[in-house]
Amino acid sequence: MSQNLRVKSSNFIDETSRISFKFNGKTYYGFKGDTLASALLANNVHLVGRSFKYHRPRGIMTSGSEEPNAIVQVGNDKAITEPNVRATEVEIYNGLEAKSQNCWPSVNFDIGGINNFLSPLLPAGFYYKTFMWPASFWEKYEIAIRHSAGLGRSPTKPDTDIYEHRYIHCDVLVIGAGISGIMAAKSAAQNNLNTLLLDEKNELGGTTIYQNSDNFKIDNKISSEWLNDEIEELKKLDNLEIKTRTSVAAYHGYNYLLARENLTDHQSKDEKVNKVRQRLLKIRAKKVIIATGSLERPLVFNNNDRPGIMLSSAVKKYADYYGVICGKKNIFFTNNDTAYESAISLYKKGINVHCVIDIRENSNSSIVKEAQDLGIKIYWSHTVVDTHGYKKLKQISIMELSKDGQSFANSNKTVLDCDCLGIAGGWTPAVHLFTQSGGKLKFREKDQVFIPNIYPSKQISIGSCNGDFELDEIIKNTSDTLKDFLEIDNSDYDNLTVKTTKETSKKNIWLLPSDKFIGKTKPFVDYQNDATAKDIKLALREGFRSIEHVKRYTTTGMGTDQGKLGNMHALGIIADTTGVKMGEVGTTTFRPPYTPLTFGTIVGRNVGEYFDIFRRTPMNDWHINNNAEFENVGQWKRAWYYPRGNESMHEAVQRESKATRESAGILDASTLGKIDIQGSDASEFLNRVYTNAWSKLGIGKCRYGLMLNEDGMVYDDGVTTRLGENHYIMTTTTGGAANVMSKLEDYLQTEWPELDVYLTSVTDHFATATIGGPNSKKILNKLIPNLDLSDENFPHMSFKKVKIGKINCRIMRISFTGELSYEINVQANYGKSLWEQCIDAGKEFNITPYGTETMHLLRAEKGFIIVGQDTDGTMTPIDLQMDWVVSKKKYDFIGKRSLYRSDTMREDRKQMVGLLTDDSNTILEEGAQIVSEFNQNPVQMLGHVTSSYFSPNLNKSIALAVVKGGKDMMGKKLFIPMEDKTINVTVVDPVFLDKENKRLNA
Amino acid sequence: MFLINCPYCGERDQSEFIAGGEAHIERPKQPTELSDDEWAEYLFMRKNIKGIQFERWNHAHGCRKWFNMIRDTSNDEIKLIYKMGEKPPKG
Ligand SMILES: [Zn+2]
Repeated sequence: MSQNLRVKSSNFIDETSRISFKFNGKTYYGFKGDTLASALLANNVHLVGRSFKYHRPRGIMTSGSEEPNAIVQVGNDKAITEPNVRATEVEIYNGLEAKSQNCWPSVNFDIGGINNFLSPLLPAGFYYKTFMWPASFWEKYEIAIRHSAGLGRSPTKPDTDIYEHRYIHCDVLVIGAGISGIMAAKSAAQNNLNTLLLDEKNELGGTTIYQNSDNFKIDNKISSEWLNDEIEELKKLDNLEIKTRTSVAAYHGYNYLLARENLTDHQSKDEKVNKVRQRLLKIRAKKVIIATGSLERPLVFNNNDRPGIMLSSAVKKYADYYGVICGKKNIFFTNNDTAYESAISLYKKGINVHCVIDIRENSNSSIVKEAQDLGIKIYWSHTVVDTHGYKKLKQISIMELSKDGQSFANSNKTVLDCDCLGIAGGWTPAVHLFTQSGGKLKFREKDQVFIPNIYPSKQISIGSCNGDFELDEIIKNTSDTLKDFLEIDNSDYDNLTVKTTKETSKKNIWLLPSDKFIGKTKPFVDYQNDATAKDIKLALREGFRSIEHVKRYTTTGMGTDQGKLGNMHALGIIADTTGVKMGEVGTTTFRPPYTPLTFGTIVGRNVGEYFDIFRRTPMNDWHINNNAEFENVGQWKRAWYYPRGNESMHEAVQRESKATRESAGILDASTLGKIDIQGSDASEFLNRVYTNAWSKLGIGKCRYGLMLNEDGMVYDDGVTTRLGENHYIMTTTTGGAANVMSKLEDYLQTEWPELDVYLTSVTDHFATATIGGPNSKKILNKLIPNLDLSDENFPHMSFKKVKIGKINCRIMRISFTGELSYEINVQANYGKSLWEQCIDAGKEFNITPYGTETMHLLRAEKGFIIVGQDTDGTMTPIDLQMDWVVSKKKYDFIGKRSLYRSDTMREDRKQMVGLLTDDSNTILEEGAQIVSEFNQNPVQMLGHVTSSYFSPNLNKSIALAVVKGGKDMMGKKLFIPMEDKTINVTVVDPVFLDKENKRLNA
Repeated sequence: MFLINCPYCGERDQSEFIAGGEAHIERPKQPTELSDDEWAEYLFMRKNIKGIQFERWNHAHGCRKWFNMIRDTSNDEIKLIYKMGEKPPKG
């Protein structure tokens, strides 16, 4: 193993702990503390991926979450492999396996690389322009594109990792643990504020923590030493929770933030067994302090993307923090002083620094002078015009800039050997979270950065994300801002002495000139999406003006890195090209998440059986033991049918239906919604919410009610029983229970607060068994021998409160099937016992348990509607031919006025009818469209089938349908065109069985 | 995600609430007296303005009480919360 690319000096790497990992199938070694990126660089591996469009070789560019190039697939397990991970954020562990993405067949030989040579044919908008036409070719293109493109591979098996969610409430949330974040967290926690400090890195301290230069001193200590002491102090404080490896993904309104805490991604397989992998923190903070720092920008010049070209700050971090030498012939290319810090730091470690190329004419700042004193050569007013080397940078060409920076002073070109070029284009405040929260930016002309201006909530940005770049500014402004924001009187940071170097000149050239025609160059702005400056210029030439449009057309900033590096250049190039001021071009919208989130984190524990909650009736075990199939009705698991032996669903339903009408059936109706209604105005309340009249309903009697929306459309239905003078129990549909409850509460609280009415949802309090069929009376008689079941004593639509054994029961004689039937309600805990007693008592009558499917069939035979199946929110009671349930006398009820609107009174509305197929064995499809003739163009759709069954009791196919003007079509022939045939039907009355209701009193 | 100060329970997360549309639209006391247009005005017409809007909210997963809210829809700032039946402030 060669680790000769290490300098011994790092406090952050444990060289005694060697770690073995695989990259693209080859085994390498690194040390504990390395990221995949630093370990690869230490092994002289620069080529780590291919770009998205041109498949150009790409290397590690940065040292953080903004990395655009080094995007890898981690893990080769089918269940827990993860694409699109930044190598700069992966902490290595023994057994780590990672590979390059977006290359095929391998990163060294990539067939898509041919796009690089075809690139004159692949300009901005290429995919839109070419592949969208002709449309029929898309399928062919797509196969080729999908194969060569793609950002990684999804896992093919369910994720076996554990994720969870946690809510956190705090007084102060500090995002970012760099120098200003540490100051903020300490100030807050010291002042008795409950504080949460988050940082995406594994260590606290940001970039200052490895700043060893004596150019930067605080309180006469080297800045890193001072900060280290602060962190030690900080860790001793109560009131403070610190979370590292935690990235804030989203900042929503009212200081609600989402963060991803990474708990085990840095651990080996053995270490992370049974541990939570990632946690989504849902944070509500009284105050938020954003200290997210700033991102170094690259420079935009021809071929600025070769492996070996890196941000100058990254070159410095790899040397200072990880002890890794990125190149043997290092050159820095800059427009500001940052590169000199890096150059001096490398130089002092004995790492070769060949020269600094600076586009400025000169600088008299102390750090530049120090570099000169050390003998580092500086090319003033020079720019890199080209770079050379395919898979690794070998040389660069430089030329002297003209005064205006747009062309050259002469035609001399110097070629320099170089395997690592540290580029420094200035710093961009990381304002992503600030703008996500709704904050408004302002543009600072002096150094051309966007900084926070108007805060939408109790929050503040401090440090370099607020545009403070010099150490003395950071300390002073952070200290002042914190005192004000946290309302504290004095601070540890009031009178600190700070030594720093000051930048004295700045120069921004967003697109550096080349000696070649721009069409022949590749100045990359967005590395991940291969968007170049020339693509942006092309978009502008083609008429795009808005930054949002240019972004989408060129795909600038649309990669997984969301253009963290290149967005400012895109704006600058647009401003320069169009002559609009940069501040007026504006930025694109920053959207969450700041860095990608796993789906696992988002769903947390809500997977598999916990994905959604479900409700079961007290009789559920009996249904399972008796082979029931279940269907979901809302959240309820309802018995659907009970197949015997090899019975199909159809066979089971036919048997259950027949048995019920011939002798007796039993249904678990516990899921029906039940609302207990009490109060002296209960009757008046029902008058107002149902279409029919309630005042005269006697105590102990039941009545069917239809509930409308204010627009006159049917909303829900059910039977309500008067239990006492001021006491009713209302039943609702299973699916409508919660909505009905809410709606009734709404009217009571907001429209009719004068009514003395109290509503209580008691759906779960009762279990309900419905026994029906000609023998149901005999069965009930066995259960309650002393109850007089005669029609005189216990008529249809009445109620008795009795006991079965010791169980208190409420029995309603009501029917949804047209059969004589009894609905027995007991306190829910007795549900299973009641059910078993009914089954026992019914044995001699072949009592047959039936599920929801048979219930639906039986009621369809009687022409009873199911709200939500035969209605869809556009049906009035008149449309349903249910005029009988609508009171003409009542002055008002919910929806009444709407029944007299011109639209609801139209004769040609869709109306409920029955349909019989000419061939009685043909069963219609629910949802099938109905027409009256085919010779129209277009054919007019009259309506559709809402319910359809084969009736075993009538021995023919029956259906309910809604048909335009259907009421007046009795006997008319209509057609149902299907894919393979047309079915002839006849319109009939929707009541197919027992029109005279004889069976109710059988 | 709003933090809503329920007048009965105090500050709670928005996920506990449902929004109920525009506030102070009273159900006509004598609907049958209204023309189709007047009834349609009550039934269908709602404001959807950028700026100060009066809304009904319900603490559905809490006390289940309805209340009124004045919210600036341009920046989601909740200006005022007051109980049902209370009159909105002038101006
Ligand atoms: Zn409440």
